[in-house]
Amino acid sequence: MKPIEIKKVQNTLNKYKDKEVYVHLETTNGAYASHFNDKAYNVGAYIRNAKVRFNQAKIIGDGKSYRVGLKMEIGWIYAEGLTDWTIHEETKLLMAGHDREGRLMVSLEISDTPFSY
Amino acid sequence: MEKHVVVIYPHPDDESFGAAGTIAKFREEGVPVTYLCGTLGEMGRNMGSPTFANRETLPEIRKRELIKACEVLDIKLEMLGYRDKTIEFENRMQIAKHIKDYLEQIKPSLVITHYPDYAVHPDHNALGAAAIEAVRLMDSENRPTVWAQAISKDFPEVLGEPDIVNDITANFDKKFEAILAHESQAMGVLGQQRKRNPEIDSIKEAAKLNLGMERFYIWRYEE
Repeated sequence: MKPIEIKKVQNTLNKYKDKEVYVHLETTNGAYASHFNDKAYNVGAYIRNAKVRFNQAKIIGDGKSYRVGLKMEIGWIYAEGLTDWTIHEETKLLMAGHDREGRLMVSLEISDTPFSY
Repeated sequence: MEKHVVVIYPHPDDESFGAAGTIAKFREEGVPVTYLCGTLGEMGRNMGSPTFANRETLPEIRKRELIKACEVLDIKLEMLGYRDKTIEFENRMQIAKHIKDYLEQIKPSLVITHYPDYAVHPDHNALGAAAIEAVRLMDSENRPTVWAQAISKDFPEVLGEPDIVNDITANFDKKFEAILAHESQAMGVLGQQRKRNPEIDSIKEAAKLNLGMERFYIWRYEE
């Protein structure tokens, strides 16, 4: 992946508006967080291949870390801490946030076709 | 001497971090070893250092790393096809029967797996429990011995001294080579080891301190 280029990502987000798309949304601090640090909590959530439709999509950030909000008819999809992006297999927009050791902390991915499962 | 050893862990790299020294010793003695690997570690958060994987490319990358590590260790590999982080939600008996099919075919004298409830990662606990159940389902005269590996910090206090304590420093080069085959994962995990021993500069020496002993409990089945 490469650092987020906000204009390119915004243009790509626009292509997924107003149609049925598949979303992968995830956040994690790893299964060993409280094993390595007594004071840490294991927290994580993911949803893979949620079939959704959104009519607004926006990426906002300070040049280093970005937020993405996708507005659906009756709700929102939101991710914070995104730093990197890539296009996977030509049709899938992958965005992720990594910590300074390069570990994934958050991920938001959108595709016209289902993600492998 | 063991006839055949089957190692059952859920993630590519569990075999290298957890039991590669013990595996290497068995291979030196000419004992065949088969690794039943539960998942492809699809949901791992280590993406290489610097990152070269992403959520969607990670499964294939880890599969290649797994194959390479098994070549380094000279062991046979079977991939069970479950998905990372989901094993505890599957039907345990179904997984146990799936594993039992392999065991009945391979007829091992020894099975190595994780110690349920003391192996930190939910996949470790769940696959360990299923593997132990798989052996329980076998006729008692055909049952292999089971070595269960605990990882939690409190395990020695709760479970007592492990039955098997393998000092694998003689085989550590092999173990380290197998760990490094998991290129996307190795440095992330070894970095953690290093943090726990900041006075030691060399990553390999730090790893040896933490990973130079491989300990197992012999699982006792009640009749």
